Amino acid sequence: MNTVAGVPGIEAIRSALTSRETTAAELAEASLRRIAEADETIHAFLQVDRATALAQAAKIDAMVAQGEKLPALAGVPFGIKDVLTVEGFAATAGSKILEGYRPPYTATAVKKLADAGAVFLGKLNCDEFAMGSSNENSAYGPVRNPHDVARVPGGSSGGSAAAVAAGMATATLGTDTGGSIRQPASFCGVVGVLPTYGRVSRYGLIAFASSLDRIGPFTANVRDAATVLGVIAGHDVMDATSSPRPVPDYTEGIDRGVAGMKLGVPAEYFGEGLDPEVRGAIEQGIEKLRAAGAEIKKISLPRTKYAIPTYYVIATAEASANLARFDGVRYGLRAPKPDTLADMYRRTRDLGFGAEVKRRILLGTYVLSHGYYDAYYKKAQQVRRLLTDDFLAAFREVDAIVTPTAPTPAFKLGEKSDDPVAMYLADIYTVTASLAGICGVSVPCGVSRAGLPIGMQILGRHLDEATIFRVGQAVERQAAE
Amino acid sequence: MAWYTGTMAEKERVSGEDVRRVAELANVELTAEEETRMRRDLNAILDYVAQLGELDTAEVAPMAQVSEALAGQGEGLTEESSVLRADEPRPCLDRGVVMAAAPETDGTYFKVPKVIER
Repeated sequence: MNTVAGVPGIEAIRSALTSRETTAAELAEASLRRIAEADETIHAFLQVDRATALAQAAKIDAMVAQGEKLPALAGVPFGIKDVLTVEGFAATAGSKILEGYRPPYTATAVKKLADAGAVFLGKLNCDEFAMGSSNENSAYGPVRNPHDVARVPGGSSGGSAAAVAAGMATATLGTDTGGSIRQPASFCGVVGVLPTYGRVSRYGLIAFASSLDRIGPFTANVRDAATVLGVIAGHDVMDATSSPRPVPDYTEGIDRGVAGMKLGVPAEYFGEGLDPEVRGAIEQGIEKLRAAGAEIKKISLPRTKYAIPTYYVIATAEASANLARFDGVRYGLRAPKPDTLADMYRRTRDLGFGAEVKRRILLGTYVLSHGYYDAYYKKAQQVRRLLTDDFLAAFREVDAIVTPTAPTPAFKLGEKSDDPVAMYLADIYTVTASLAGICGVSVPCGVSRAGLPIGMQILGRHLDEATIFRVGQAVERQAAE
Repeated sequence: MAWYTGTMAEKERVSGEDVRRVAELANVELTAEEETRMRRDLNAILDYVAQLGELDTAEVAPMAQVSEALAGQGEGLTEESSVLRADEPRPCLDRGVVMAAAPETDGTYFKVPKVIER
């Protein structure tokens, strides 16, 4: 079943194509029409490519006409976050520093979608270099939440979440470094997956923090998310951190329910700062899982409170190194009329980077600099291991962990600019899984009185995506009841 | 984004001079106003990060990447030891295509302004 009205899911598309009720061209036109109607307000897309979409759709329709077997995602309209490359298409990463850059290669995850017959609509808006929790840091303007355009869609993959929520695409790709898929999925009322670190190749992803960055899908239902992940997952010679473990069929057994499963509820995720309506929706969702036969166990992840400081040291350190490549030499922006090389570097980076990106580069440079490395960077790496050990211990007791995805529903644009403590809290339930490399999914689990979506986060063992999809499917089914 | 929680240290961890030094290392230009703001922000986050000191990590090995934590537990993300591919030449991007993305080249090399300042 779909959480977004009027948007066909992957199975519906497949059966409508094979029964010839519709064509891939009609599906692509419907998406393009929806974008034309709604995106002036939502601003999810930075770039729409009508000609490519229709050409790819025509290939699928030719296959149907020939009676050929259709690939897994035939005719499925999709968009990708603009931190992923597609050969020949502008890639901005939401930053002015990459204005005009057309990468000469295509990201592996995107290529796999295209090879599976999906129809590429365009590139999606995001926070600059994926740094942000509200999508207000895009150099090309913010994205708005389709459920209430006065509110943010979450970040940094705000465009990817909003495009699915607004019915513009059946599936999108986003990236998650500290919560950037799960939190916007929660805010926009869609499904968003954080695959295990190494499950999806990062080749063609413009790097933010390489030991944390992951690519994952947004869809309108859990089964579609499982299908898309099955397509994009797998080993890639172009990414040495990609896992060679075989990719299972994630849809197999997805409907088996949660009877007999052990689900952990960590006390640390239900403390101060959790919005009462979110708490109510998640607790109700957990009660329904219990009623469906799951054993609910109270657990503790005792060092959770250290995750945010650990994350900001590690992520900014890695960002400062990764973003050193934007120097005006090989691609993107170069400041006009530089006197010397050093002058060119500094003025190019001043013109090209926004305030949040500069702040993170400076912090990252500081924690890596002589005299501070042990106190900050090494210390954070040690705590990272302790946080991971907390999860490994918990997963000896339970099959999956259920929590709120974010402490509040979507907030208003500009609301947190003066309340940074609250902005940082937006990531408090997502960063720990990022540091530990485990998998997770955010699934819609109710709405607030104001009609804003609330997401449940389901966390699973490394490479155990099948279990979190199975729990997610149960949550989705019971939310629809 | 927000690094303003936690109690302020009695003494500033990061001085204006530190901010200027780090900005120089990172090749980032700052106006006087930006420098003031960055100094405030860096101090706030580092005060917050200081709580990591509550944890005794003397015996804990640093973890740079998740596969390290799983090694030896029989649940590694990789089959066994090495994930490095064989060292064999493979096709790479065409030089002309790469050069076309650069602000200034002579077709063979990237061109930059003079390196040595006098």
